[in-house]
Amino acid sequence: MRHGVARFVIGFLALPVALYLFYVVWPFAQAAGYSLTDWGGYSDRQQFVGLENYVRLLSDELIRKAFWHNVFFLVTVPLFTIALALFLAFLLNVGGREDRAGIRGVLGSGVYKIIFFFPQVLSLVVVAVMWQQIYRADGQGLINGVLMKVGLVDRDNPIAFTNDPEPFLGVPAVLWWLLLIAVWSGAGFYMVLFSAAMQSIPKDVFEAAILDGAGRFHTFFRVTLPLLRDTVSVAWIYLGFIALDMYALVFVMTPSQGGPNHASEIFASVLNFTAFQKGQFGYACAMGVALAIFAILLAAAQLKITRRERIEY
Amino acid sequence: MSATPDLNRRTLLRRAAAAGLLTIPAAGLLSACAGSEPAQEQSSDVEKSKDNPFGVQDGSSVKVVIFNGGLGDQWAKEDEAVFKAKHPNVTVNMSSTQKIKTEEQPKMATQPSDVVMNSGADIMDISTLVNEGAIEPLEDLLAAPAWDSEGTVADTLLPGTVNDGTYQGKFYVVNVAYTVWGNWYNAALFEKEGWQPPKTFDDFFALAPKIKAKGMAPYVYDAVHGYYPRWALMATIWKSAGKQAVIDIDNLKENAWKADGVLPALEVWEKLVKDKLLLPGQLDHTQSQQAWLDGKAAFIQLGTWLKNEMAETIPPGFEMRLSDYWSLGAGDKAPNDVYAGAGEGIVVPSKAPNKAAAKEFLRAVLSKEGSAKFAELTKSLASTRGSGDNVQDSALASANELMSNAPQDLVSVKFWNFYADLDKESQNLSAELMAGRLTAQQFVDGMQGAADKVAGDSSIKKQTRSA
Repeated sequence: MRHGVARFVIGFLALPVALYLFYVVWPFAQAAGYSLTDWGGYSDRQQFVGLENYVRLLSDELIRKAFWHNVFFLVTVPLFTIALALFLAFLLNVGGREDRAGIRGVLGSGVYKIIFFFPQVLSLVVVAVMWQQIYRADGQGLINGVLMKVGLVDRDNPIAFTNDPEPFLGVPAVLWWLLLIAVWSGAGFYMVLFSAAMQSIPKDVFEAAILDGAGRFHTFFRVTLPLLRDTVSVAWIYLGFIALDMYALVFVMTPSQGGPNHASEIFASVLNFTAFQKGQFGYACAMGVALAIFAILLAAAQLKITRRERIEY
Repeated sequence: MSATPDLNRRTLLRRAAAAGLLTIPAAGLLSACAGSEPAQEQSSDVEKSKDNPFGVQDGSSVKVVIFNGGLGDQWAKEDEAVFKAKHPNVTVNMSSTQKIKTEEQPKMATQPSDVVMNSGADIMDISTLVNEGAIEPLEDLLAAPAWDSEGTVADTLLPGTVNDGTYQGKFYVVNVAYTVWGNWYNAALFEKEGWQPPKTFDDFFALAPKIKAKGMAPYVYDAVHGYYPRWALMATIWKSAGKQAVIDIDNLKENAWKADGVLPALEVWEKLVKDKLLLPGQLDHTQSQQAWLDGKAAFIQLGTWLKNEMAETIPPGFEMRLSDYWSLGAGDKAPNDVYAGAGEGIVVPSKAPNKAAAKEFLRAVLSKEGSAKFAELTKSLASTRGSGDNVQDSALASANELMSNAPQDLVSVKFWNFYADLDKESQNLSAELMAGRLTAQQFVDGMQGAADKVAGDSSIKKQTRSA
C-alpha cells in the first residue's frame, strides 16, 4: 500500500474506532474491573475482593433459576422463530402454484410480507405495551374478552397470562406467553432475511426438483433448507443473543419485573435488581461479565458446529 | 491534507471524549457500571442569617429534579416561585422526569443534581444511598428557622415526618406528601343502598353478600404490583398484633413473623380470597382503580393520591370517601391506629455542588405558602401542618377526618426500605397470597425464612428502628 493511502484509511477509521473503544470496549473493561470489587454504585468507595463475586455467583439460587429460564428462551426463541420464518418465507417465495410463469409464492404474498414484517418496525417496548392490552387479565383484554364472549373462558376465572406462574410442560406459563410475543415480533424480520436468501437461489434448481417429481415438502427439506444453511446459522446466533437478553419483555410485561414470585426471572432482571435495588454493583457486574463470556462461547460453538463448505451457485 | 493532520484529529478526539462525559454511555447492561471523575464543590463563605441560614451564594445555581408522577410537577414550580422571592439572584434549574434512578444514579458518585426527588417505580434504593454515604444528613435543615412561620422547620412538620425520613439515627429524607391509607368506597352508593362502611373484617364479611347481590364484587386490588396489597396486609398485622410486633419484624428479631396476632391478620385475607370476594381478573393499579370507579367493586385500598391520579375519569355523582383499614375485632392490640405517613422523598446528594442552596430550596418547599399550594394542586396533604386547611375537597376532608380521630401512633413499616431483598420477597408473597396460591401460614413461613436469610447475610448492613 502506498503511504498516502494508508494515511487516508487511518484518517477515516480513527474516529469510529475511537468512539467504539470509548463507548463500547471501555465500559466493558470497566465492568470487568468493577466485578472484582464490592462497589455499591452510588459512591466512589470500593474494595478489591478478587474473584469472590464469581464464587458467590455459583451458589446463588436466584441466578440459577434465571439461568435456566434463559436457557429455555435460548432453545425455544431461535427454534420457533426460525421455523415460523422459514415456513412463511417458503410459502411467500416458492410455495405457490407452478405455472407457465415458473415458481412463485402464494397469492397476495407481497401484502403478507408487509404484514409479517410490521412488528419489526415497532420498538420492543411498544410491542410489550400493546401485548399488555391483548393479554389483559379480565373481560376487557382482547383474548380474554373474545374467549369469554364465545364461552371458552369462565368470566370468574380469566386467563392470567403473564401473571400465571403455574407450570406448563415443566416451565412457568408466564415464560410461554412471553415466548409467543418474542416469536411473533421476531419472525417477520427473519422471514425477510430468508426470503432474500431464497431469491438468490437460482429458479432452475427448484424447477429441476419439480421436474424430478419433488412435492413442496421435499423441495423444502431437500433443496431450500440445505441451500439456506449459512443464513439460518447466522439467524440462530442473532436470536440466541436476543434470547439471552429478553429484558424489555420481562421488564414491561411481568409483575415485579421477574414475577410472579420469580417465575420469569432472567439473568438481566436479577442483574438489574442486584445493581439498582440491592446496591451491589460489583456483584451485578460479575453477572454481566459471566453473561458476556457465556454469549461469546455460545457464538463460537455455534459457528464451529455449522461451519461447512459453501455451495457456490 | 494539511501539514498537521494528526493534531487536528487529536483535537477532534478530545472533543468527542469531552462530549462523552456529558452523556450517559448506553452500551448495554455492562456499561451500567461505568463512572467518571467527581465535580468540584462550590465553597460557601457567605454570612449565614435567619433569612439565609445555609449561606446561599448570590449568583450560584441549584439543579432540582422533580418526580413527575401522580402528584404532577406544578407544585414544584410554585415552590420555585416561593424560593425566588427570597433569592432572586439564585438560578433554579428545574427539570422533571419519571426515570429518577435511570437518570440520577449514574451521576450520584460524581456530579449529581443538588435536589433529587427520589420517588416512583424507578427509585434509587434509599438504604443503599445511606449506606454508601451518597446522600447528605439534613439535621441542620430541621433546626433551621421555618420559612414563613414561627419556630424551626421541624416544628412545622406533621407527626411521623421526621421519623419517616430517618435512617440509622439521622434525618436524610424530606418526604413532602403526607399520605393516609385505607379502604375507599363510594359514599353516594353506600348511602343509596343503606350500607354501613365496615369497621372490622366481620362487618365486611357480613356486608359482602349484600354487595354481591347487587352484581358487584366486594373488593378489588392491584394484582401486578405486590406492594399495593402489602400495605393492607401490614396494616392488618399492625392492628392485630400491635406496634411492637411490626417493630420486631422491621428489626429482624427472631421469629418476629410468628408473633401472636400476625397469622390471624393474614388468615382473614386468605378467607377473603377463598370466599371469592375479589373482582375476577389480575388488574394493575390504574385498571383496578378504574374498575372501582366504574362500580365493578365496592372497596379498594389505597393512599390519598388516588383522587389526583384518577381525576380525569371519576364519574359524576361518585363520592370518594376514605375509611380506616378494617381490624379483626375484640382481640386486636391497636385497632384504631391509622396508616399514615410522609412519602415522596426528596434527598440532597453528598456530592451535590450547591448543598446550601439545595437545603434552602427544601426550606422553601416546606414553607406555609408552598405547602398550601401543594395541597391545593395535588389534593394531597403536604407533610407540614395545616396545608389542607383551605382546600375544599370531600376525599381530602375524609382523610383529614380520619387523621383527627386517630390515636397518637401511626402505622408505619420500615423493613422494605431497610432491605431490598425483603422488599422483593414481601411483594412477591403478598401477590401470591392475594392470588390464592399461598396460605397465610405459608406466607408467614416464607417471610420468616427471607428475614432469617437477610439477618444471617453479613454483606447486608443492618438497620434498626426504635419507634
